Amino acid sequence: MQGTKVRVLIAKPGLDGHDRGVNVVAQGLRDAGMEVIYLGLRITPEQIAEAAIQEDVDVVGLSCLSGAHMALFPKTARLIKERSDKNILFIGGGIIPRKDVPKLREAGIAQTFGPGTPIPEIVNFIKTNLERGSDDNQD
Amino acid sequence: MAEELERKKEFMTTVDGTIINRVYTPGDSGELRQDTSLPGEYPFTRNIMPAGYRSRLWTMRQYSGFATVEETNRRYKYLYQQGQTGFSVAFHLPTQMGYDSDHPLTVGEVGRVGVAIDSLQDMEELWDGIPLAEVSTSMTINATAPIILAMYIAAAEKQGADQSQLMGTVQNDLLKEYIARNTYVFGPEPSMRLTTDLCSYCAQNMPKWNSISISGYHMREAGATAIQEAAFTLANGIAYVQAMIDKGMEVDSFAPRFSFFFATYNNFLEEVAKFRAVRRAWAKIMKERFGAQNPRSTMLRYHVQTDGFTLTEQQPLNNIVRVTIQALASVLGGCQSLHACSYDEALALPTEEAVQLSLRTQQIIAHESGVADTVDPLGGSYYIEWLTDQIEEGIQKYITKIDEMGGAPEAIKKGYIQREIRRAAYNYQKAVDSGEQVVVGVNKFAAEEEPELELLEIDESVEKKQVERLRRLKQERDNEKASRVLDEVRRVAKSDENLMPVLIEAVEAYATVGEITDTLRDVFGEYREPTIL
Repeated sequence: MQGTKVRVLIAKPGLDGHDRGVNVVAQGLRDAGMEVIYLGLRITPEQIAEAAIQEDVDVVGLSCLSGAHMALFPKTARLIKERSDKNILFIGGGIIPRKDVPKLREAGIAQTFGPGTPIPEIVNFIKTNLERGSDDNQD
Repeated sequence: MAEELERKKEFMTTVDGTIINRVYTPGDSGELRQDTSLPGEYPFTRNIMPAGYRSRLWTMRQYSGFATVEETNRRYKYLYQQGQTGFSVAFHLPTQMGYDSDHPLTVGEVGRVGVAIDSLQDMEELWDGIPLAEVSTSMTINATAPIILAMYIAAAEKQGADQSQLMGTVQNDLLKEYIARNTYVFGPEPSMRLTTDLCSYCAQNMPKWNSISISGYHMREAGATAIQEAAFTLANGIAYVQAMIDKGMEVDSFAPRFSFFFATYNNFLEEVAKFRAVRRAWAKIMKERFGAQNPRSTMLRYHVQTDGFTLTEQQPLNNIVRVTIQALASVLGGCQSLHACSYDEALALPTEEAVQLSLRTQQIIAHESGVADTVDPLGGSYYIEWLTDQIEEGIQKYITKIDEMGGAPEAIKKGYIQREIRRAAYNYQKAVDSGEQVVVGVNKFAAEEEPELELLEIDESVEKKQVERLRRLKQERDNEKASRVLDEVRRVAKSDENLMPVLIEAVEAYATVGEITDTLRDVFGEYREPTIL
């Protein structure tokens, strides 16, 4: 990972159009030196998987504020894992009740960030976890 | 003056970063400060009505809708019993985007952010036991507004009401959807046609119906400052008025039924001043730019929702206090109707208990605080008057700039408005991250551990139930009639006839939201947002 820019794919699956969060996060990650590919609104899990493979990203960030995250986040992670051996880091954001967090983690979404999360917290999480992932290759 | 140490080197407004003086005096008045109008007098800075809330309190209207029509109907009846004075319908995203509940793209979305409405049958049951001739209803619906209004009219007529009696509002504001919120289906041109078809239909048939609610709320939620919210809303308003005039309508025939929708943030005095400024700015636009003669055309009537973005996931009970401050500012600003948010909304849709508390907050302000006993009680405060002028100047500057670009639709096409809002959102986040902007319980006074809240859950069976309802409907209705009327929708869409009458026929034949929208998609095409850097 050293020397190369971290590549992050960000997308909003589902019908939700609230994009303040993704826009701010995308800009924040860019300012932290990462390369951010923002796919936009209403992208299906299949389209996100295709882009993640094509773009060979290190991180996939999913945003959903409509409550459809349980139907969309795990499916997206699964579709990507089926097609890639790379240890991609999955993160999510939105209006996510706390009780859903363990289930999302089980499905491979390493962390979810709720409203008001400071950008440095997300940046640090990505950096720490990519380093750890490349060391011991844990899932 | 004696030097006295202050907490900060300088204090600044959040509307435009202007330095705030230690104290304001009559000496702070300038040219604009000649406004000595009374409430009910042009330019309506103080209130559109002479007696304000002394004659009639604001409408207490909680935005609500979830799961299927049965659950939502129950919530509506509950709110009504608790003293709510108007309804406000939240539709689930498939209805807003013109998909039926069985469409592949709607998986996980059915009944989530609002109630699932696929056909007139759902609309009829939504209002079961609620007399539509007597209540006032606001519907947050945009791309599919003409279809949903057609269903509302048809449901009301089945109850025995006449459409001319109906009171309420449809949002029907597509320009702001391309800026924020993003529930557009069609491109800007067919959208403007649908919007103005609906407005002219209402002008001719529904004298008590607000045919549009020109909305700043969602732009504010997306990060706009108070001045941007007010300015971009009025710029969109100008575009709609112009589009109606271009359609051949006379300004005073439709403008009295144009309404607005704004947000209220935590900065109490700035929000009060914003409402005074925006009322004055709109009155001048309508009179001076469009030559409106009817005073009602120049009155800015608006709904307020306290701001969702300011609610925090951390220490959620703090949100009760935020909502109270925001609701109070909305009332002192002179709103016609108000939704107070609930403390659990950074986590989920509100529970019944949380919504009841929001309604009680409004009722306590109305009946205990005394602020509704005199009109515009903050008018005449040196600071409020200075801020009102400051905000109005800011609004005018933006409108001039947007005019120079060729109006709001052009400014949106260029991405100008979107970029302005994004920059403001990012600056706000940086100010929070650096601690310059304090958010209690988030970047200051944070708690180690937080108790878990009991949240509203949408049962997984809702989707199955709704899909089954839809399947049954398609089996039981006269399918030949439905397809005939869809052909007729297609024909009218291709012509320049008003679409409303044929849409009413279509919903009466139980054609669904998805079927009608698909027909319109065939004719108008679909819009995909451009990338804005």
